[in-house]
Amino acid sequence: MPKDDMKSGYRLVGTRPNRPDGLDKVTGRARYGADANLPGMLWAAVVRSPHAHARIISIDASKALALPGVKAVVTRADLPTGLTGENLNLQDNTLAGDKALYDGHAVAAVAATSRLLAEEAARLVVVDYEVLPHVIDVDDAIKPDAPVIREGMADYSVPEGMHGNVVRYMEEGHGDIEAGFAAADIVREQTYRTEATHQGYIEPHACLGQMGEDGRGEMWVCTQGHWYIRRMCSAVLGIEAANLRVTPSEIGGGFGGKTTIFMEPLTLALSKKAGGKPVKLVMSRSEVLRATGPTASASMDVKIGMKKDGTITAGQVYFRMQGGAFPGMSPISEALQCAFACYDIPALKHEAVEVLANRPKAAAYRAPGSPMAAFAVESLVDEMCRELGLDPIETRLKNAVREGSRSSFGPVYNQIGLVETLEATRAHPNYAIPLGPNQGRGVGAGFWMNHGGETSVSLAIGEDGTAQVMVGTPDIGGSRASIGLMTAETLGIPYENVRVNVVETGALGVNEPTHGSRATFASGKAAVEAARQAIAEMCRRAAAEWGIDEDAVEWKDGAAHPAGPNAGKFPPLSIADIGATMGSTGGPISGHHESTPGGVGASFGCHVVDVEVDPETGRTTILRYLVVQDAGRAIHPAYVEGQYQGGAAQGIGWALNEAYIYGRDGRLQNTVFLDYRIPVASDLPMIDTVIVEVPNPGHPYGVRGVGETGITPPLPAIANAIHAATGARLRALPMAPPKVLAAIKAKG
Amino acid sequence: MVAVNLWSSLARFTDGARVVEVQAATIAEALKALVALHPGLEPILAGGVSVVVDGVVVPNRHAALAPDAEIFLLQQMKGG
Repeated sequence: MPKDDMKSGYRLVGTRPNRPDGLDKVTGRARYGADANLPGMLWAAVVRSPHAHARIISIDASKALALPGVKAVVTRADLPTGLTGENLNLQDNTLAGDKALYDGHAVAAVAATSRLLAEEAARLVVVDYEVLPHVIDVDDAIKPDAPVIREGMADYSVPEGMHGNVVRYMEEGHGDIEAGFAAADIVREQTYRTEATHQGYIEPHACLGQMGEDGRGEMWVCTQGHWYIRRMCSAVLGIEAANLRVTPSEIGGGFGGKTTIFMEPLTLALSKKAGGKPVKLVMSRSEVLRATGPTASASMDVKIGMKKDGTITAGQVYFRMQGGAFPGMSPISEALQCAFACYDIPALKHEAVEVLANRPKAAAYRAPGSPMAAFAVESLVDEMCRELGLDPIETRLKNAVREGSRSSFGPVYNQIGLVETLEATRAHPNYAIPLGPNQGRGVGAGFWMNHGGETSVSLAIGEDGTAQVMVGTPDIGGSRASIGLMTAETLGIPYENVRVNVVETGALGVNEPTHGSRATFASGKAAVEAARQAIAEMCRRAAAEWGIDEDAVEWKDGAAHPAGPNAGKFPPLSIADIGATMGSTGGPISGHHESTPGGVGASFGCHVVDVEVDPETGRTTILRYLVVQDAGRAIHPAYVEGQYQGGAAQGIGWALNEAYIYGRDGRLQNTVFLDYRIPVASDLPMIDTVIVEVPNPGHPYGVRGVGETGITPPLPAIANAIHAATGARLRALPMAPPKVLAAIKAKG
Repeated sequence: MVAVNLWSSLARFTDGARVVEVQAATIAEALKALVALHPGLEPILAGGVSVVVDGVVVPNRHAALAPDAEIFLLQQMKGG
């Protein structure tokens, strides 16, 4: 449903060709991280701390090394010293230094001739610990009597007098907050809590690494960003980036969790110690849950002032987030920027603190910070709408930001599609379906701003007139198909004549990972520019062939044409004609583009969910679910719909079931998917989608990033639906059956 | 003059000012002028910030600024 006057009659953009990776994936041919093997390869296993917080007194690996077939053991003593900042954090997380900071923290690693042998050797490594007091919960961590788990970690922003576990403070806002609340008819204030949740990718982390005696290394790894792997491993191990070549595998999900390193440097360190033999390390699910990044948990105070007609006059939040035992991983600034991003409010005050706790080092997770903020703000907006008898979508429309509105985080919005998204939601049949007993409907809106990032893309024309595109952004959500469509559209050739390859670090300039909903936006934009460059070269070749000025040649329908009658009469030269003679007309034809693109386009979404709650058990069933979101331009609509559905599914899991359960000893108790409950297909209805298209003027085809916004609205939308069904308001996640049942009973 | 808007936490380095006006033709010049006026901002800007010019994220520090440009400095965000 295009909502603009930009060209919409594209030949290929907006179509749904078969997925380029589909056959490989359904036949098992796709090569994932664990599928990499080399002759003479060793297997690695990691020794992990059984304590949430402990001083490491000694590590004795003699028994492990005495085992036949064990080739190397590494501890922190094998890594270089002198690192600072985030590089030191990465090294500290790769292998613990003086202290183990969470249950599952890596303490040593072993390489042996088989996986079983490596695991047995890891069990023989004796670590002497002095157990220290620990803290797990974000609110507990800032109580006066909470142990300070790491001294001196606070940055410049933390005011004096805050607890030693507070490492970052953020403050933002505009307008007169007191006057804003004074102008309201009602002012309400509540506290909300969200749990840390894991990205839940199906493929565990896997890496094969080799580091020779000459100091040159190579890695095959499942990752969202192999240049990040190169940079981080180089930093942690003290090697030069140019000496490390990283090839990404096909990837079985990442959602932000594979934008950093966890155990990857260990393969290189072990390989170097084992005489250059390649070393493979594949995490178990338990290791993934114990020692790779979830997102932060949050405790959030929200206060909103509203007039009787629904106009929001003021908003205030105070967020507390913990992202594990390392600073910089709680998305407090993102949460603050997203909290009121959907609303045009004259007075806002945002504050947040980042808190350390004895949990694994958090990683990015799909729209980091935004789902938590939405749970708090969108829940309270719903509570106030119900109190005032207002329709939730009309209220959001009344306060919605639009082009020219001052955003809650400062800058003025350019062309955005929130109003169009809300109007499409209101018009959808799902919003009018009658509900039965114990059923309720909830609405939530959400936002993500998207990211550009360093991008380098090459394109090469083949002798037969086909094209290969080399990108550096691993395909986790359909970017190869979308980039192929935009390239084919630009070149004027069939989609089937373009192949997009994700290539290794030696083949392109630096690329940021596939994160921030950027791959289709940024690599796609660069691919279009590279194609335009190749077109310009092909027009020059045609001009030379015809003996006319190159400005007198135009490119259309995959061929060079004389541009108008004055250019002369020549039969078109197709891309295949030009490709076939490239060797004798100037050599290979290619295009290349690199930039850190601006012009990112924010994406707004609105979800409507209908639930039924069993009053006897508290179990919530999702009856139907609607995602409406602005894609700017849906290059391959099926993939866009997939992103919408995937975001909603993860949000549903976060809302209803997912949580890290720690024992009183600080150890994680639910370390497998049987106990860490992500939604499966039978838990969900078909998720309905509507793609709104308000093109982003910053992209040649109008693309906005679509990957992240979809996880933002489900948390509040489901809480609002459960309240509508039961009258009970849940302000803490997950809304699992026992909690819902207790809330129903407490309501009376 | 170009108006550079800062997030609130930075005001402790600018004598409380949330908006600092500088003479600059490019983003790089604006950031340099900002640090010259308020040296306490140097390590924060060096650590990386997002620069939004008239509502658009502009990653190129050499991009030209209109004389009345409105700049917002935001904490860097990338996403998942």
